[in-house]
Amino acid sequence: MKIKYLLPLLFITLLSVSCSTDNTNTPHDETEGLLKIQDFSNGDYTIEVYSKSGLFYTGYNHISLRIKNLNTNKYLENANIEWMPVMQMPTMEHSCPKSEITKVENKQTIYEGYIIYQMTGMNGSGWSLTFNFTIDGVNHTIKDTINLIQSDLQNVTSFTGTDEVRYIIALVEPNQPVIGTNKIKAGLFEMESMMNFTEVTDYTIALDPRMPSMGNHTSPYNKDLSYNSTDRMYYGDLSLTMTGYWVLNLKLLNEENSVLKGEDITESNAKSSLYLEIEF
Amino acid sequence: MVQAKFISDMKRLIFSFFSVIVSWYNFAQNNNFATQKDTTHLDEIQIIGRHKLSHYRQEKTLSSIDDYLEKANKITMIKRGNYAWEPTLNNMASERLNITIDGMQIFGACTDKMDPITSYVDVSNLDNVNIGSGQSGNENGHCIGGSIDLKLPDSKFYESGLKTSVDLGYETNGNYKISGLDLEYSGKSFYFNLDGIFRKSDNYKSGNNQEVLYSQFQKYNLSLQTGIKVSENHSIDANIIYDKANDVGYPALPMDVSLAEAVITSLSHNYSNNSNFIKTLESKLYFNSITHIMDDSKRPDVPIRMDMPGWSNTFGFYSKAQVSTNKHHSSFNLNGYYNQSLAEMTMYPNNSNEPDMFMHTWPDIRTLNTGFFVKDIYQINSNAAITNSARLSYQNNRIAKEEGLESLKIFYPDIEANKSRILTSIVSVYNFKKEQYSYSFGLGYGSRAPSVSEGYAFYIFNSYDNFDYIGNPNLKNEKALEVNFSSSMHKNNFHIGIEASYFRISDYIIGDIDPTISPMTIGANGVKLHKSLDYATIFDIYLNSSYQLSSKFSVNGTIGYNYGKASNRKYLPFIKPLSYLAEINYSTQKFNAAIQLTGNGNQSQYSSFYGENKTPAYALLNCNLGNAFDYNNNKIVLKYGIENLLDTKYSTFADWNGILRQGRNFYINLSFILK
Repeated sequence: MKIKYLLPLLFITLLSVSCSTDNTNTPHDETEGLLKIQDFSNGDYTIEVYSKSGLFYTGYNHISLRIKNLNTNKYLENANIEWMPVMQMPTMEHSCPKSEITKVENKQTIYEGYIIYQMTGMNGSGWSLTFNFTIDGVNHTIKDTINLIQSDLQNVTSFTGTDEVRYIIALVEPNQPVIGTNKIKAGLFEMESMMNFTEVTDYTIALDPRMPSMGNHTSPYNKDLSYNSTDRMYYGDLSLTMTGYWVLNLKLLNEENSVLKGEDITESNAKSSLYLEIEF
Repeated sequence: MVQAKFISDMKRLIFSFFSVIVSWYNFAQNNNFATQKDTTHLDEIQIIGRHKLSHYRQEKTLSSIDDYLEKANKITMIKRGNYAWEPTLNNMASERLNITIDGMQIFGACTDKMDPITSYVDVSNLDNVNIGSGQSGNENGHCIGGSIDLKLPDSKFYESGLKTSVDLGYETNGNYKISGLDLEYSGKSFYFNLDGIFRKSDNYKSGNNQEVLYSQFQKYNLSLQTGIKVSENHSIDANIIYDKANDVGYPALPMDVSLAEAVITSLSHNYSNNSNFIKTLESKLYFNSITHIMDDSKRPDVPIRMDMPGWSNTFGFYSKAQVSTNKHHSSFNLNGYYNQSLAEMTMYPNNSNEPDMFMHTWPDIRTLNTGFFVKDIYQINSNAAITNSARLSYQNNRIAKEEGLESLKIFYPDIEANKSRILTSIVSVYNFKKEQYSYSFGLGYGSRAPSVSEGYAFYIFNSYDNFDYIGNPNLKNEKALEVNFSSSMHKNNFHIGIEASYFRISDYIIGDIDPTISPMTIGANGVKLHKSLDYATIFDIYLNSSYQLSSKFSVNGTIGYNYGKASNRKYLPFIKPLSYLAEINYSTQKFNAAIQLTGNGNQSQYSSFYGENKTPAYALLNCNLGNAFDYNNNKIVLKYGIENLLDTKYSTFADWNGILRQGRNFYINLSFILK
């Protein structure tokens, strides 16, 4: 009889012991689920830069950050901040597509934005990131070099269209593809100058996903990507019939539906010159 | 989570089962009035064939179940190799049939139909096979073509003591070896039967001594049945069958099988009381589990290496009662089952830097079915009887894997995980029997739900028409209106019989090409989606005759014709061409011999749309002999013969991708029965 009453007690004790170890976290850790990439500091302020992976990769990077006043040890809740990624090359320098930095809704100290690195230098070198922000009428600048890791797959591509314009397409979603119909989201940018990239509106990105290892099998019911003015990105449907390596063959069409880059997939043409890759 | 849901569903099923049993027993006990004995037995009416298995009257004692089944008129076996043939009845295959083991539902775990459930039992497990044509096979489940119930032996409280028998067999073609051991004890209130059988064959040779590669197989089967008589009217029986096949080649398919394993268990309670209103009441709980693993490692050239395992678990119950009054024999059967079918495919890219490619071909489909069956045989007068039966059931299919639902949503964006259906079946047969002739006329209507593959297949490759198949969860129930007729005459040692069935099947489920979809399988012609055609018609007719020349000599012959066409004006696949069989028998108490001519006519009505070629006519000559010896109290049965005596090189319409059948084969089966 006794053991019958003792056993649940024992269980409860065990459970509460094993649970209590995690309870030391501060209740308001706004960076929960994020990993720090790097601190940018100038002695007075430190900008903590985070992402899900804790690393900068070529392609689309969704970045979260917060600014700490080192004198008060407090995070700024109302900063006006800009950024500028720059790649230094032997004879020239250039930037890459990026968003504005905005405050995250429902968070006190976190700001967010994205940067799309289209390439990296030797051993991840070459890129620097400069932050400019104003506090009480005083401008601050913090600049540091970063380490950029080359993604295994082509998730961003830059090319020149038949209209002689240089474009960049970057895959934003799916982050974690599933077998089924995935929402595909991509950014399309025009390189206006070395330092200035602007979003391209109202083009179409035609989609033909293929599996080269399966005799170039394609999936049915994909939907070409079209422009969404709300977040100024391109959206479509991507059907994936199985896990594995997929080539997303693309064609870029302008408002008049003329092809600027990319080819149809046929018996003799297994791959478009414009493509992205995913794997899962 | 998934497991928990499975268990909770099972619990619900068990609970409902027990509550029904309890109420039935109350009913049985409260109706304890005596009824007059009725000596008319009409059990055979509904059943076109009741084949007694094993017991030494067959021409080949140790032939497989497949061989046994193939001897029935309306049954044809589709062959993908030398093992695990798929039965068809009235020219309809698995999805249109209800194939059960002693009333237990069991479903193959292979998406390519490499494991019909008949492959998971052996002759040593079974007592007989009940075949119901069309809606007459509606007792255990819903079907269009009919039912095949592989009956386990009844309780054996014979008091015959211990009996042992040993079986040995050898066949030259394929170096096929069979050995079996059977141990039986039968007492007054306890019995058990333990048997095991082992079969192993190398590649067989077709006519002209041509080796058919990947036609080998190896399997063993163990079974234990035991029972206790609790009281005069009550007994409890338990049965377990374990069947395992390894290294099974499928010459007609691009893959072989490295493992096909089944555990089939049941526990039943039997009540019988002849003086009661309820004569018998049998209740059974069962569970079976199948694991099936395909293998391409022995094939030298494949475009891509792959693993294709599949699992099928079924849990179920039935409870059936027989009641009799003066002119009525009625039976009731309440049954239910819960099946889980899961199959997946992993492909290994030739570029080893790429990740494996994985998909669910059967995305964990759960099928719950509960139904109620009623049958009544009404004896109008001493010559005429009418049999009515009906079945009503509820079926729910659920896609348990979220990713499975997502993958099917590519094709059907609006589907939900659950789909429920109501299935019905009703049939009426009128029989008239006189000394020299008899006839019967039947009318039936029934519906069936799509099979797991028809509803939920995801890029399942069919090597017959070389298409990938996609299921359709929204398919309508397939419905059939059926008319059948049979008649026979006996006069002075001469017997002639005719039987015919006609089916008009509406919303006929079959694959249809969708040219916009690209195949998954490398080298496939395209993709077919399961769709419903307006209707299809199937007709079959058989003429049997026999003549007893003397007490020892007899001749018999059968000729059959089948027809099947759909509303798309295409012939249906696997429709048997003109077939015939003629046999001369000589038999005495201790010796029998027979010579047999069998063959098919030209397959002129073939369907190239569904992957068929025109199969030419063929004819075979077989010869079999048998001796029986008594030795003290023991008995020895010897069966031997030659199949395909003339070494004909042939293939039938039912041979998948036209694989060649066995050439000349000498066989010998030897059985020792020791008491």
